Amino acid sequence: MKLGLVVDLDTCVGCNACAVACKQWNTSGTTGPLTDLEPYGKDPTGVWFNRIRNYELGDYPDNKTVHFPMSCMHCEDAACVTVCPTGASYKREEDGIVLVDQDKCMGCNLCAWACPYGARELDPEEGVMKKCTLCVDRIYDEALPEDERQPACVMTCPAHARFFGDFDDPNSEVSRLSRERGGEHLMPELGYKPVNTYLPPRNKPNIPTYKNETNPIEKVKDWVNRLVAR
Amino acid sequence: MHPAFSVIFFTVTSGAGYGLIAITAIYSAFDFSQPMTGAQTLMLSAVALVLITSGLISSTFHLANPKNAWRAFSRVRTSWLAREGLLAILFYPIVMLYVYLVWRGVDASSSTAMTTLALITGVWAIVTVFSTGMIYASLKTIRQWNNALTPVNYISLGLMLGGLLFSWLLSLSGNVSANLTMVASYMVVIAATIKIVYFFWIGTPAGPTINTATSFTARTVRLLDVGHTAGTFLTDEFGYQVARDRLVALRWIAIILGFVLPSLIIWFGLGEGDNTLMLGAAVISAFAGVAVERWLFFAEARHVVNLYHGAQQC
Ligand code: SF4
Ligand code: SF4
Ligand code: SF4
Repeated sequence: MKLGLVVDLDTCVGCNACAVACKQWNTSGTTGPLTDLEPYGKDPTGVWFNRIRNYELGDYPDNKTVHFPMSCMHCEDAACVTVCPTGASYKREEDGIVLVDQDKCMGCNLCAWACPYGARELDPEEGVMKKCTLCVDRIYDEALPEDERQPACVMTCPAHARFFGDFDDPNSEVSRLSRERGGEHLMPELGYKPVNTYLPPRNKPNIPTYKNETNPIEKVKDWVNRLVAR
Repeated sequence: MHPAFSVIFFTVTSGAGYGLIAITAIYSAFDFSQPMTGAQTLMLSAVALVLITSGLISSTFHLANPKNAWRAFSRVRTSWLAREGLLAILFYPIVMLYVYLVWRGVDASSSTAMTTLALITGVWAIVTVFSTGMIYASLKTIRQWNNALTPVNYISLGLMLGGLLFSWLLSLSGNVSANLTMVASYMVVIAATIKIVYFFWIGTPAGPTINTATSFTARTVRLLDVGHTAGTFLTDEFGYQVARDRLVALRWIAIILGFVLPSLIIWFGLGEGDNTLMLGAAVISAFAGVAVERWLFFAEARHVVNLYHGAQQC
């Protein structure tokens, strides 16, 4: 199995609900707590497994705002695992999930240096590395109803922009979406083979905008048109 | 990258220590016209071991959870950090045996077995410094480190500091030939060449861009909002940035203190009699220069995660 997420950049509205749900679930989960420093102070900071950034693509008027959630990509060629000297970081054979054994980590930060996607954050209080677990403590929990055995971020997304599944199964929803919508991987040139896949925004026509005409004849037509309209 | 004092101190000090022991052991293995006395070999090895050990101890200060440091040798198969740890630990019994035999009065160039032991000690020290460099060189996320010059730099600077220390300490105990100090100055020249090539090598941005980082390769991409109001682990660890002109100024300081002054001192400053003071000055200048160099090594490194914090190219 090759478990991972699909994120639909067309529908994501950047509401940060996935980040909050992730924090809520995982802070009491197997790798919790997700320590916060000065949560009510001037410069609140803390551990998150999922962060959303906002970008502008292209230039006005052909521009678009894109909201960009990022968590661990559960890379197939995960250098964060190979550089770890203690063996605390590991990739599971059976489903490809990359995890940190909190009891073995010595907090050297080398795995965070090796990760291109900023997916690993050191817990300053506990001194160990933390990261997205793909909600390993939800997706296999037989006490949960079957349709809830999904990551917290996927369950909560109000725009339905996140999907979870097995990329090794060509008929899974994630494989199908990635095939049909031209799913992309981030920084493929580094060779980490990230599993998480991003669906690009659909190309929609621009909202028409008023153009200042430079052609004198068009200018006169334009002026007449506006006069008539008035 | 944030330049952490403990890591700068570790790499400079233990690098110099490994360089010194490598030169001492290899020099003692051959029958040169000006052999060292057993006492001198012991003194040089002792200084080297103090440098190496204090460096290694300081390297554990940057661990957030040092109580698990003993596990650091578990992943020797893939991790350069594990390899470095193992090489550093296994070095102790080897160098201790070498030092013990020298102390017992065995001349390192006298028997094949002792010559072999001295050579193993020397080569082991160099391989340990190589593995320190490989920790950085193996990171594909940092273009400035991910090249062959990184471990070569670590080795050449370690040997350079070791060579200068070697001449100075020998002059303290009475005899250092002009030939030996000349050899030390050649090491400075070689290290300088490699470092300057490195500065040119990392000059032009050539790494991943904000476009490949976000998969939008056909359009301009601008970061609008990072999504947090204060710093995060990622911005603290990777966001460190120094103004371009200050970096250039510091490069000059590193080159002048680290390479130019020590070679000028050796070429023009040494006289017939006691050169201890002048060689001491060369050593201090070189250490200061290499410390600045090591600070720059971190400060100039741009991790690709900065592409998610607004950088256009790394
Ligand atoms: S995204 Fe980073 S932490 Fe996750 S598997 Fe890839 S390299 Fe490792
Ligand atoms: S911080 Fe922990 S998990 Fe990461 S490389 Fe170091 S020991 Fe391994
Ligand atoms: S899969 Fe789970 S741990 Fe990973 S980002 Fe989603 S909620 Fe967080």
